[in-house]
Amino acid sequence: MELVIMQLVNGLQLGAIYALMALGYTMVYGILKLINFAHGDLLMIGAYSAYFLVLAEIPIGIAFVAAMAICGASAMLIDKLAYKPLRSQPRLKALITAMGVSLLIENGSRMIPFIGPNFRRFPDVVELKYFHVTGNIVLTNIQLMNLGLALFLMVVLTLVIRRTKIGIAMRAVSLDQKAARLMGINVENVIAVTFAMGGALAGTAGVMTAITYPRLSPYMGIMPGLKAFVAAVFGGIGSVPGAMIGGILMGVVETAATAWHSQIAEGVFFVLLLVVLLFRPFGLMGKSSREKV
Amino acid sequence: MGSKNSLSKGNKWLLTAAAATLSVIAVDRLGLASSYVMFILMVGLCNVVLTVSLNLITGVTGQFSLGHAGFMAVGAYLSAYLSKMVFGLSSSGSGPASSLLFFACLLCGAALAAGVAFLLGGIILRLTGDYLCIATLGFNQIVVVALNNLEIVGGSRGFYGIPKLSTLTGLLILTWFAVIVISRYVNSVKGRNCEAILGDETAAESLGVDSFKVKLHSFVTGCFFAALAGGMLIHLLQLAHPTQYTFIKSIEILLMVVVGGMGNVAGSVISGMVLTILPEALRFSQDLRLVLYPLILIIFISRDPSRYFYKFFPARTAGGGK
Repeated sequence: MELVIMQLVNGLQLGAIYALMALGYTMVYGILKLINFAHGDLLMIGAYSAYFLVLAEIPIGIAFVAAMAICGASAMLIDKLAYKPLRSQPRLKALITAMGVSLLIENGSRMIPFIGPNFRRFPDVVELKYFHVTGNIVLTNIQLMNLGLALFLMVVLTLVIRRTKIGIAMRAVSLDQKAARLMGINVENVIAVTFAMGGALAGTAGVMTAITYPRLSPYMGIMPGLKAFVAAVFGGIGSVPGAMIGGILMGVVETAATAWHSQIAEGVFFVLLLVVLLFRPFGLMGKSSREKV
Repeated sequence: MGSKNSLSKGNKWLLTAAAATLSVIAVDRLGLASSYVMFILMVGLCNVVLTVSLNLITGVTGQFSLGHAGFMAVGAYLSAYLSKMVFGLSSSGSGPASSLLFFACLLCGAALAAGVAFLLGGIILRLTGDYLCIATLGFNQIVVVALNNLEIVGGSRGFYGIPKLSTLTGLLILTWFAVIVISRYVNSVKGRNCEAILGDETAAESLGVDSFKVKLHSFVTGCFFAALAGGMLIHLLQLAHPTQYTFIKSIEILLMVVVGGMGNVAGSVISGMVLTILPEALRFSQDLRLVLYPLILIIFISRDPSRYFYKFFPARTAGGGK
């Protein structure tokens, strides 16, 4: 029983990271109908930004915020340079470009001398503390910090989307871009803000990943990115609460599957994806849409 | 670039390809090129088959698949398992019996891949656009995880000691076969149906095209050839590792299709060859090689070298459909 609870907390922690990533995928998809394959690499950029800032003796709190800002800016930059010129073109072009951008970021940062192809260890910035709850259940401060932070950001994001002017504009653009433009919404600004917000969340996920699993490499973003993307599909791509629930569920499922059989766990993930696509292609919380002529 | 519809242009391409083939054979027989150059050429031929077969699925029919490497892996692993473990073929024995057995191994691998494609396609080809892309990507990763855990073919240690059975002649025959079959396919009634689906699936359905059946047919055909190419490649490289067949490899094949032009078979042949040789020419810098590939992809997508491209996912109005 204790093991189950502790694994559940592990799963929730991993799920929180996936959820933060999935939000970025789902928000961009909601607005542009584009799977931003480069989103996973923002996690890597976030982790490396925090790494260099921490090496420069900057306190982790400030490094955290700075990494978020760097990732948000990178996401906006990617959009401006790579996706914006293709806005009026068939969607498939943007999708293939996104794959290209992803590979370019990974292999490009491999080329940069001070990042390089080798693994790097993230310094221990947060002193690990154990909390003994009842019985043999032990939780760490990192787990609680990750969960708390993810929860906090999700609440903030929900409030931003529900209550603020930019949030309403985002929802309007995702509902009908043309109509939103006619209502005087600056669609390009909304898209830029969406990318920035998604990027900042990915940056958070990156720093959290670096603190929890302190091994950095230029390719560290691929698998979390892919899994978060699966989580976003699972929850219903385009749906914000769906991404949160999907992310957390995927984290728990992955932890459970890994505890059962570490090798097959990754396969379980994608089998689940196929099953979901088969029975509910629009995901748990997504709306089904019919193709109209 | 060559048009696949006009007969005279088709003949021009045919002549060029025949001349290229003959000169390759001549160079090989006369021993003019080093074995390294010949090896690269042979890998290039495998890539040509992969590109042409993905072009049928993605370029001609418009079904965006990121699982091509998965089917390639199925064909490669099964054929290598049969040739090494079951028939115990060796690199040295190159009699007709051994060639025939090798051919049987390849066919078995391709048949399995086609079967898997049939089953998988039956499920996922009902999905469209992005969802199909995700589902095929998921399939590709499932294959990689499965191969990583199949101890009988080496698992995550890799599969070694596969006999070297692929010859230049064999590869040339396969390439010609694949290119001719697929270009005839494109020009047949089936190919026209595929193009109709590419243009507008709903409109095609309204004109009596059984779109699901047509998509499944082209998907299975494409995967069959991918598996043949995979089988040839594994018997050329003589080793295999599951990480060679991840979705990154699928993206690489897609890159070749994009560079050659969506739906353009002749373009696929050229880009498959050029994009195999180009990285070799850049061998002096491993890093540059890795960066160049995605850069080519991005540039070709935005500069649009092929007019066929616009046929794919015709542009919708900005607010169109959620």
